[in-house]
Amino acid sequence: MSASTLERPATATPVVRAGIPTSRLVGVELQKMFDTRSGFWLVTGGGIASLVATIATILFAPHSELGYGAFAGAIGAPLSVILPILGVLGVTSEWSQRTGLSTFTMVPHRARVIGAKAAAVLTVGLGSIALALAIGALGNVVGSTLVGVPIRWDIPVTQVLQIFLADGLGMLMGFTLGVLIRNSPGAIVGYFVYALVLPAILGTLAGVQDWFAHAQGWIDFQYSSTRLYDDGLTVTDWAHLGVSGLIWLVIPLAIGLRLLMRSEVK
Amino acid sequence: MITINSLTKRYGDSRNGHLAVDDVTFTAETGRITGFLGPNGAGKSTTMRVMVGLTRPTSGTALIDGRSFAELPNPGLEVGVLLDASAQHAGRTGREILAIAQRTMGLPRRRVDEMLRHVGLTENEAERRVRNYSLGMRQRLGIAAALIGDPGVLILDEPANGLDPAGIRWMRDMLRGYADRGGTVLLSSHLLHEIEVVADDIVVIGNGRIVAQGSKDELLAAAGTLVRAADLTALSTALSDAGVSSSAVDGGLRTDAEPAHVGDIALRAGVALTELRSADGAGLEEMFLELTAASQRDLKEGIAA
Repeated sequence: MSASTLERPATATPVVRAGIPTSRLVGVELQKMFDTRSGFWLVTGGGIASLVATIATILFAPHSELGYGAFAGAIGAPLSVILPILGVLGVTSEWSQRTGLSTFTMVPHRARVIGAKAAAVLTVGLGSIALALAIGALGNVVGSTLVGVPIRWDIPVTQVLQIFLADGLGMLMGFTLGVLIRNSPGAIVGYFVYALVLPAILGTLAGVQDWFAHAQGWIDFQYSSTRLYDDGLTVTDWAHLGVSGLIWLVIPLAIGLRLLMRSEVK
Repeated sequence: MITINSLTKRYGDSRNGHLAVDDVTFTAETGRITGFLGPNGAGKSTTMRVMVGLTRPTSGTALIDGRSFAELPNPGLEVGVLLDASAQHAGRTGREILAIAQRTMGLPRRRVDEMLRHVGLTENEAERRVRNYSLGMRQRLGIAAALIGDPGVLILDEPANGLDPAGIRWMRDMLRGYADRGGTVLLSSHLLHEIEVVADDIVVIGNGRIVAQGSKDELLAAAGTLVRAADLTALSTALSDAGVSSSAVDGGLRTDAEPAHVGDIALRAGVALTELRSADGAGLEEMFLELTAASQRDLKEGIAA
């Protein structure tokens, strides 16, 4: 048995090699989000939905309520649905489409790949929100001028930042479910159960059980993150967000990552 | 060079679990094509997945040029891997898939076009989504992705699947040239013939265990003698009286003794032979058929239970 002193194929490069920089991994993950039809239309769809929401606000909102708050609210609704799905698919397609076989052999460090995915997903998410808010601002200026009411910037900057945070958290929730479930349809259904079914159940529970109504802020992440869309959050509201976020986001993500690191890629 | 040492992969717990890979040890030498032969479900793919870090072994090691796969800073430049040509996003074009590999490995853009040409995918085919590819085209694309980083080691799982005869010929020539330039090739197949024509060394696996390994010449030479006679019982008795063990092979006997020795025994016992020759690859083929039959029996028992 000889050591590998024999010549490599003539064209092979020298043995000392540089690793793969993280910036490159994030770039590749961004590329992967856009080069499939589903990814492309999800992002484009977000842009179109913002435009439609803006136009609808101009057409249908009562003149007295026309202001940036109305536009931001109208745009936020479709994005809060699209962005988490983007978060889900960013992770799950590696398993559902089985591309993980190539991805994790080219980069045999799953934590790095998942980190790069999180960075790519947040970049696209926050970029889309910024774009949507800009479309909303344009709509506010154009709409108010067309209708003939004064242009009103009726929500404070802190609340705009809170919208970013709320949508970012929604995306991370999708991402977490993606890491945990690792199957596109499963994780998307999981997200809608979390976002649509669970609030109804917990709301009913809070209605009939006093103790739960008091504890809901601490336990129900959906409930406490929805508060971010309002202004005037109290210290307790932020504490609710932190504690329920730990339960719904941080712990499941940690468990999901641990399972993902050890799982077999087939 | 690929070094596999006491590799074991068990699914489930130690009592009821299933041993997919059972204490496998072998080496794929530099400058040679090593054929990894075994029936479906023998543990070939699991062993290969362990080599590239997709599956954690229960015990044992798999090293590439002395290092574990995860230690390679940019694995694509050192090891070309094709485990399943169908494991690609159906919505990406062939070119996009190669572009992702090219970018991840930090290679110049022109490598994508070079590889497309190298594996014979046309400009038009490269722009099609992989969903519309035939299995043969996917295999070519998979080979392109494995070779794009110009690695010194190739690990290919059933690469000939779905290729047409011309494609199989192309693959053989490509691998031969690659090994002759000093590359290490490990390729698996469940077809003996496929391995026989291309491999220098053969590792045979069945039910997770290595059942034979060596150079192709050694394994073929070890095949022994094939002998036939009208009166097989008399021949069998004569051989065992002379201390030569033999086994029945469709209408004849196979033994490890030299043909001359077998002829001598038959002459002295007065048994008329109808055929006497070296068994060529028959030994390997027979062993392989037994393996396949055994695993099919297991399958049937599994269904019955």
